[in-house]
Amino acid sequence: MIQTKRQTRQRPARPGWAGVCLARRLVGRLTKHTGEPSVSAKVELENIEKSYGATQTLRSASLTIEAGEFMTLVGPSGCGKSTLLRIMAGLQPQSAGEIRIDGTSVDHLRPRERDIAMVFQSYALYPHMSVEQNIGTPLRIRRLPTAARLPVLGRLVPGQRTARRQIQEAVREVADQVEIGHLLPRKPAALSGGQRQRVALARAIIRNPKVFLMDEPLSNLDARLRVTMRGEITSLHRRLGATFIYVTHDQTEAMTMSDRVAVMMDGEIVQCASPQELYTNPQDLRVARFIGSPEINVVSTEETARWTGQPLPDSIAHIAFRPEALDFTPKSAGIGVDARLLRHELLGHDVLVFLQTDQGTEITGRIPAAQWSGLAVADGRIAFTLRPEALLAFAPSGKRAPLPFSPDGMMPADRMLSHAS
Amino acid sequence: MPADIAAFPGPAPVAASPRRRHGAQIPGWVSWSLAGPSVVLLVLLMLLPIAAIILLSFTDYRFGALEVSFVGFDNYADLNTDRAFWRALGNTFTYVAMVVPASVFLGLLLAVLINGLTRGRKIYQLIFFLPVTATLVAMATVWKYLLHGTIGPFNLLLKSWGLPAIDFFSDPDLVLGGLALINIWSLAGFNMVLFIAGLTAIPEELYDAASVDGMESPLDRFFSVTLPLLGPTTMFVIITSTITAFKVFDTVAVITRGGPRRGASDVLLYTTYLEGFTYFRMGSAAAMTVVFLAIIMIFAFLQARVLDRKVHY
Repeated sequence: MIQTKRQTRQRPARPGWAGVCLARRLVGRLTKHTGEPSVSAKVELENIEKSYGATQTLRSASLTIEAGEFMTLVGPSGCGKSTLLRIMAGLQPQSAGEIRIDGTSVDHLRPRERDIAMVFQSYALYPHMSVEQNIGTPLRIRRLPTAARLPVLGRLVPGQRTARRQIQEAVREVADQVEIGHLLPRKPAALSGGQRQRVALARAIIRNPKVFLMDEPLSNLDARLRVTMRGEITSLHRRLGATFIYVTHDQTEAMTMSDRVAVMMDGEIVQCASPQELYTNPQDLRVARFIGSPEINVVSTEETARWTGQPLPDSIAHIAFRPEALDFTPKSAGIGVDARLLRHELLGHDVLVFLQTDQGTEITGRIPAAQWSGLAVADGRIAFTLRPEALLAFAPSGKRAPLPFSPDGMMPADRMLSHAS
Repeated sequence: MPADIAAFPGPAPVAASPRRRHGAQIPGWVSWSLAGPSVVLLVLLMLLPIAAIILLSFTDYRFGALEVSFVGFDNYADLNTDRAFWRALGNTFTYVAMVVPASVFLGLLLAVLINGLTRGRKIYQLIFFLPVTATLVAMATVWKYLLHGTIGPFNLLLKSWGLPAIDFFSDPDLVLGGLALINIWSLAGFNMVLFIAGLTAIPEELYDAASVDGMESPLDRFFSVTLPLLGPTTMFVIITSTITAFKVFDTVAVITRGGPRRGASDVLLYTTYLEGFTYFRMGSAAAMTVVFLAIIMIFAFLQARVLDRKVHY
C-alpha cells in the first residue's frame, strides 16, 4: 500500500518512474534489505519414501533444510536425489512421509501453491516464447486472468494493461540481474547454453519464491562455464537469501557451493554435513569414496596389519585415507609403507603419484609439485608414511568405526618417538 | 586458461598450402555420375509428364485422334466459360473446407486423448489408423451402404429414435457432406499418428516447468505448451490434409458419379477424368489438370515457406 502511495507521488517526476519504483520494490524484496521475514523458508522432509511398483527409489529420507540455507543433494545417478527434489516441488507424490515448509505440511498442495521455484537440467524453456515471455510466464499466470492469456484474443480482454506493464518491468529488472537484459526479444533457440541457463534462473527468481529447487542446472554446460555459473549461483543465493536446494551428481559443485551437503546413496541420505566435515569425517565408506578426487584410498585390514605388524579386530573391514595423507618426507612420523611407483600425473600445482604395494593394493598420493622433483625413487620403489590420525576405519557394514590404533605397540618404537616429539 | 587462448595466434591461412586433402574434394564427374540416376528418373517420371500435360493443354488433342493442332489458350478460355468446371472447382473447395478442419481437429483430439492413456495406447492407435490402410474404393462401398437412405444402419438408427432420415447421397445439398464424412474418417487416423509423433517430441520437463510456473489445469497446459509446440506438426498436417482432400476422386467415382442431379458432387479430378476418358477431350482435360496442379503447387509452396519461417522456433 505504501508503495502505491509513493508511486503516485513520484510519478510526475519522470514517465518511467513508476517502473523504477516497482523495480526497487522488487529489489528490496529480493535483497533482504527490508528485513522482511519471508524471503526464505525452512524445509523439512520426514521419512519420505517413494516406490514404483516393487522398486523402492527412496527409503525413508529425512532431512531438515534451514531457512536461507544452500543445501546440496549429491549422489551417483539413480540414487533418488532428483526424485526427492520432484517430490518437494510437488511434481510427484511421495508414497509415504511428510514434507513441511515453514512448519506446515505441503503434501496436499500443488506445485503452484508451494511457493517454490524450480530450475531444470534441460532449462525447460518454452521454445515458442521469447526470453521476455519465458521469464514473465510465472507472473502472467498468477496475475492475468485465464482469458487474457489466450494467444491472440487475450490482448482484447480489458483491464490488464497495468498488470502487463508491471510484469514487463519486473521481467526487465530480473533479466538485468542475471545479465540477459539485451536478449529479451530472442527465442531460446538463438541463445547459448549459458544464456539459456540464465533465462531459466530469471524465470525462477521473478516469482520471488522462498525456496529454489535446482535439478542439475549446470550439467549441460561446458566445463569453464560451469565454474563461472557456480560462482554466480552462490552469489545469487547470498543476494536473494532464499533457501536453495540443489541436486547434482558432481561432487565439486556440491563441495564448492553448499552450506551443507546431503550425500544420497541407494535412496537413502547417508550423511548430511558441511563439505569440510564430509571430506575429513565421512560416516560411511560410500561417502568417503564419493567425496574427494582422486578417490580416497581404501585398503584391507590385512594390508594394514602388514604395515603395522598388528592385526585389527573383526569389527573393522577397511582402512581409508586421503591421497594427501601420504607423506613422502624421509624419516617422518607415522606408519611406514614401501611401495612400487607405477606412474605419476602432473596437475600443475600438484602431482598425483600412483603406487602399488607388494600385495597388489593400489594407492594414490597427492603431493605439491615442488616436492615431487626432490623425491627419492630407488629402483622404482618409494617409501611413505601415514599418520595414524589421518586413517579412517570402517566396519564391514560400511559404517564408520572408531580407529583401533592406540599409540602403544601399534607403531615401531622409533617412529613413536619422533611422532611424540 | 583464457590467457592461453588469447595468446594463441589462430589457424594459419588455408590458402598458403596447396596440399590436396583427402576426402574433402570430389571430382565433378564423380558427383554427376552419382547424382545421374536420380536426375534421370526425376526428369522422366516427374518433369516430363508435367511438361507433356502443359503442352497438351495448348492443343485440341482428342483421345485416339490422328491429327493434333495447336490452339493456344483456347482450352483455358473454354474452362473460364464452362459452368461445369466452375461448379466442380467450387464443390472441391467446399469439400476441402469441410474435410480439413474436421480431420485436423479430430486427429489432434484423438492424439491428445490416446497420448494421455496409460494403457491400451497401441491398440487405440491401431484401430484409428485402420482406415488409412484400407482401400478407399472398398470402404466407399461400405459407407454407401451405411449411409443409405432407406436400408443404411445410420438412418435406421435415426428412425428408431424417431428422427427424420438423412439421405446423404440422394440429396444434392448433403452429398458433399456425406463424402466429406468418409474422407474425415479416413484422414483423422493418419493425422492422429502425425500428431502423436509431434506430442512425443515435447519434452516432459516442459510440463513440469509449466506446473511449477503455475499452469494447473490441463487445458492451460494444453494451450500454453502443447498447442504451440505442436505448431510445426499442425502446419504439416493441415497442408497434407488439404492436398489429400483436393485429390478426392474414388468416393465420388464409386458412390455418386457426380450426382445426384447433374453435378451436385462434381469435383475437380472427377470432372477432369470425365473430360479426358469419357468425352476423350484430352486437351481440355490437360488444361484442368494444369489448374489442379497450380492449386496443389500453391499449397506446397505455402508448406515450404510458412512451415520453415513462421511455425518453427
